[in-house]
Amino acid sequence: MANRANASTTPAPAGAAGAGELVVTRQRRRYSRLTRIDKRLMVLMVGIPLALDLILIWGPTVASILLSFTNWSGIGPLTPANVVGLKNYQTLFFSYLFFWPAVKHNVIWLAFFTFISTPIGMFFAVLLDRELRGGRIYQSIFFMPVVLSLVVVGFIWELQYAPNDGFINNFFGLVKSHHIVDWLGDPNINLYSVLIAASWRQVGYIMVLYLAGLKSVDLALREAAKVDGANEVQTFFRVVLPVMAPINVVVVVITAIESLRAFDIAYIVNRGKNGLELLSTLITNNSLSEASLVGFGSAIAVVLLVVSLVPIMLFLSRVMRTLQ
Amino acid sequence: MSTLTAAAPRDSVRPVRRRITAGRLILHAFLITMVVVWLFPLFWAIYSSLRPIADTINHGYVSLPASLGFDNYVTVWQQADMPHFYLNTFVIVVPGVILALTLASMVAFCCSQFSWRFNLLVLMLFTGGNLLPPQVIIIPLYWIYRLTQIPNLALIDFGSFSIPLFSDNGLLYDQYIGIILIHVVFQTGFATFVLSNYMKTINKEITESALVDGANIFRIWRSVMLPLCRPALAAVATLLFTFMYNDFFWALLLLKSGDKRPITSALNNLQGEFFVNYNLVAAGAMLAAIPPLVVFIALQKHFVAGLTLGSTKG
Repeated sequence: MANRANASTTPAPAGAAGAGELVVTRQRRRYSRLTRIDKRLMVLMVGIPLALDLILIWGPTVASILLSFTNWSGIGPLTPANVVGLKNYQTLFFSYLFFWPAVKHNVIWLAFFTFISTPIGMFFAVLLDRELRGGRIYQSIFFMPVVLSLVVVGFIWELQYAPNDGFINNFFGLVKSHHIVDWLGDPNINLYSVLIAASWRQVGYIMVLYLAGLKSVDLALREAAKVDGANEVQTFFRVVLPVMAPINVVVVVITAIESLRAFDIAYIVNRGKNGLELLSTLITNNSLSEASLVGFGSAIAVVLLVVSLVPIMLFLSRVMRTLQ
Repeated sequence: MSTLTAAAPRDSVRPVRRRITAGRLILHAFLITMVVVWLFPLFWAIYSSLRPIADTINHGYVSLPASLGFDNYVTVWQQADMPHFYLNTFVIVVPGVILALTLASMVAFCCSQFSWRFNLLVLMLFTGGNLLPPQVIIIPLYWIYRLTQIPNLALIDFGSFSIPLFSDNGLLYDQYIGIILIHVVFQTGFATFVLSNYMKTINKEITESALVDGANIFRIWRSVMLPLCRPALAAVATLLFTFMYNDFFWALLLLKSGDKRPITSALNNLQGEFFVNYNLVAAGAMLAAIPPLVVFIALQKHFVAGLTLGSTKG
């Protein structure tokens, strides 16, 4: 830790060289002041949470990768005889019936969130980002579903979608005329029904993120655009949106992560089957709740991990840049 | 709004204002329509939950009620033993939030107020870990939980409700402590990220002068940093409460006993056996929704502040 002072000279804040130097000298002085007790305390204060994080999050991540090369079933010890190489992946990609449909459903989920939920959330934010009577109330109402559990969201929408007892089929007379649409049961449409329910929650989340982003856009910038003759739409797309680049990254990351994590609603509806297969539900169904194919399920988990690393890395590189 | 008004702002003040008012009207009309759309599912759930099933059967689902009341709530509350599930949630969420805040604020303090060789890496491990889909780690985690031995030192009884310290089956699996542990570790990642964003904005001279005065860093964390971070801590606590309260995944896979389940996953269990009609489903869902809604209405400011801190500065 003694050579810390060296490393801390590198991250000089951009555009503020003078201030940067000041910080560096200060840090150098401070470091000589940390006593041995302080350093030990610091090891404890960071070490305990870090150990837990490594044991219960990153350790299992690595274990998932290792287990994916085995055919362990959870019964008996795990021995070298269990190692099967890439066989699980072979089965997964070439003969497991539900893998590609699940991938497709995750992609549809991502596309729906990206092209429907996110623009709606952004649109709400733009509308509410002005002095508006009752703006706060509108904002609270759009945001309200975000605080609800996805289980509750699933139940609330089951009340709308239920074939004989749901609001939609009754309201449109489909029950009386015996043209019942099974919104959550029909594998051709249930994914979209679930996505509407999930978006009910997602839109408010995106809206709040963009409202925060819009607040950080300098008013003078918009005024300048207006003076230059840009209309509101032009101002938004050419000036405001580019300035909000950091928020856009966060929204992209959140959208991607939420789409990959999607599990709860699909599980509530039918345990992620019959049109609602997702990578996440395949993992639990194959390895924990119905079968005990630990190795095979881990291979699916690794696929999910690899895909998730894209948005995670994007986010971390962003964080890295702002922290330096 | 057009090039004309921009070119000659002064001459067109009045027409602009009138146009804005018309625009505002359309805007409000649109927003009110959207609000109705947004509130409808919730309204329908509340309406169904207040309606006796006999009334629904007699008049049809989409009809005006002959009577409304809290009968469905009473039925769910008593027969599905809701108080028990609320207590389960309480036993998990309260220690969970406190522990996650404690650990996260320590890490955030050490990583944001001091720079040492790995502080960025540590922050990235916590932040990245929180972004992983839980399904990536669930299989090994499940086996860790099945194989870790945990002692049972005592059993705290409250009438029919008892809390084991720490495990009544000798394992992490199927125990409150196991669920608390994974919540704490997983959410420490999120809380560390948000709190370190906040602490970065606190002048490092404060920490420094406390060091000069001879305080050790644990003391600085406790008596200087935590009080300064009160707004951020309140915001994160609000979010963590909601995240943990709303969790379904961990409880579904790491708990087996029905009587240990927190309210959200208990709701799913009740779906098949107990909820014989949709009005009871509605009442059950509303009972589970009330605590986070109350927190949201009371602490909305913190809620939004927490999410914002987690995004804008990241």
